[in-house]
Amino acid sequence: MDLIFFYLRKLFNIIKNEVLVLPSRIIVVLFFLFLLLIPLFTSDPYLLRIFTLTSIFAILAASWDLLSGFTGQMNFGHALFFGVGAYGAAMLNKYAGIPPWGTIPLGGLGAVLAGLIIGIPCLRLRGTYLALTTLAFPIILMGLVFAFPNITGGELGISGIARLAKSRVADYYIAVVVMLGLCTIMWKITDSNTGIIFHAIREDELAVRASGINTTRYKLLAFSLSGFFAGISGGLYAHFMRIAGPSTLEVSMSFQVVIWAIFGGIVTIYGPVGAVFVLFPLMEVLRFWQDYRILMFACVVLLILLYMPDGLFRWLREKIEKECPRCKIRSIATRKTCRICTAQLD
Amino acid sequence: MVLLIDIIMSGLISGSVFALLAIGFSLIFGVARIVNIAHTAFYMVAAYCIYFVTQRMGLHPLWGMVTAIVLVTLLGIIAYKLFINPIREHHGAVLIATIALAMAFQEVMGLIFTGSYLSVPKLIQGYHVILGVKVFYQQLLTFGAALLILAGLWSLLMRTKLGLAVRSTAQDREVANLMGINEARVAMMTMGLSVGLAAFTGAVVVPLTVLEPHMWMHPLIMMMAVVVLGGLGSLKGSFLGAYILGFAEALVVFLAPMGAFLKGSVALSIMILVLIIRPEGLFGVSFEEER
Repeated sequence: MDLIFFYLRKLFNIIKNEVLVLPSRIIVVLFFLFLLLIPLFTSDPYLLRIFTLTSIFAILAASWDLLSGFTGQMNFGHALFFGVGAYGAAMLNKYAGIPPWGTIPLGGLGAVLAGLIIGIPCLRLRGTYLALTTLAFPIILMGLVFAFPNITGGELGISGIARLAKSRVADYYIAVVVMLGLCTIMWKITDSNTGIIFHAIREDELAVRASGINTTRYKLLAFSLSGFFAGISGGLYAHFMRIAGPSTLEVSMSFQVVIWAIFGGIVTIYGPVGAVFVLFPLMEVLRFWQDYRILMFACVVLLILLYMPDGLFRWLREKIEKECPRCKIRSIATRKTCRICTAQLD
Repeated sequence: MVLLIDIIMSGLISGSVFALLAIGFSLIFGVARIVNIAHTAFYMVAAYCIYFVTQRMGLHPLWGMVTAIVLVTLLGIIAYKLFINPIREHHGAVLIATIALAMAFQEVMGLIFTGSYLSVPKLIQGYHVILGVKVFYQQLLTFGAALLILAGLWSLLMRTKLGLAVRSTAQDREVANLMGINEARVAMMTMGLSVGLAAFTGAVVVPLTVLEPHMWMHPLIMMMAVVVLGGLGSLKGSFLGAYILGFAEALVVFLAPMGAFLKGSVALSIMILVLIIRPEGLFGVSFEEER
């Protein structure tokens, strides 16, 4: 009994002293609660479907940020991981009869393999070379998909695979919980020692190598981690839509991921996730003007970038929080002094 | 024999198109470090311009070419001034700004001309029969014009003062600035030049292809592959890389089963094989890491 009270008090203290002091943390908690509680207020299948897809793509955008934002390995072919995950899950389900909870992680592992295969030739490239080369891989795979239609279904894709869960609400909860869990893991990775090395590779690879760190191994690790998360999102997508088609490998898919991530602000994890939650439902709203939909989407992206080239969510965070010049700890923007060291905030 | 001539013609044409596109793309990348995804979208806009002038207004195709090149170059400079110049320091933002621009062009063209397949009359009619194969004069014209423009560009870059400014800015932006070169103006002029090249490519190749709003995707990928294969910023490399990939595509289309599906895959696999052996491309200079 005492133990329970101890943990409750500890939780209360954390909420009071760590969460409620910063608006961004409050927003994150509210976001979690909002996502987990939506089905209590509405059971509109259309709305739930949009949020399920949004969650799936949020994983994809965050995994791009892990590889290209944090580690600086610009990947223009992220659709490869998504497509391998989707096709892997679909084929395992259709031909081997494995249920979704088995196929999705296996599809993720398939994407890890893809990440290693493309990571090895790409390790020697950097910057723009890397970006332009990675663009090629999903297209190569797409050519193979079209060339062997009796295995991959060709243009129509593999359809008729098992549903993710019995009902829409269960689908929704699976996607949302997986998304929240994986994004937290990704955020933890970027916060860990490994994450610091990733960040250092992005800033100055030579210096990292000079400090006796095997950068090759860490870059491959970044490729496989990012591939795994993207593959999981691909598997979820395949089982949710019940089809894995060549559209998962298209160039526009790769570009879409880049747009989401940079729009939200790279090197943050929360930025890409937030951007998907803004842009994907926006696309659905714009469905009312079907013909002008993509045009308006492009205009919104262009205009927002003109004013916030660092990304929407980084810009917002700068507005509501200030960093202490002395101890580098963030405080709410309304404070005159730092909440930890009481230095003057300007 | 018939097959051989077909392969040679098709390889030469697509090689020239890729060369023109790739050189424009690597010019603006070299000078301003802009990865211009919208490059081939300008090529598409030029093609639609010609369609509008010849089919809707009924003028001679030559007028179509001239208006297309002028209008698209202007469009490129305006887009650069409005959307790219203000955020040039943020590389990621520039990247998605160009993607968004390409999407916007695609949609606008789709709205004006609908998404259906269109075609444009040839500049010169007629064909010549070589060993039983019809070689259209338009094909020869496209190839010749591409070579001519490449030669012109070469002398512009190597022989004139503007070319010197462009090359020195590409080599080192800061030092070029210190030497009194107006870097912003050079970047803008290079943008105009590069988009003009894209428009010209669209203009010469449009009678040989069909028009549709998504026609910029495939050339974009091939152009990027050419640039990487030849080495970024190397004109000679882009030129050679373009013909290598052009012929690879032609060979696969005519010889392999399911060739039309595999042509992109095979060409891109060649690029990756070369990169494994030479990471800086065929003629790229492996310069010191930018820190």
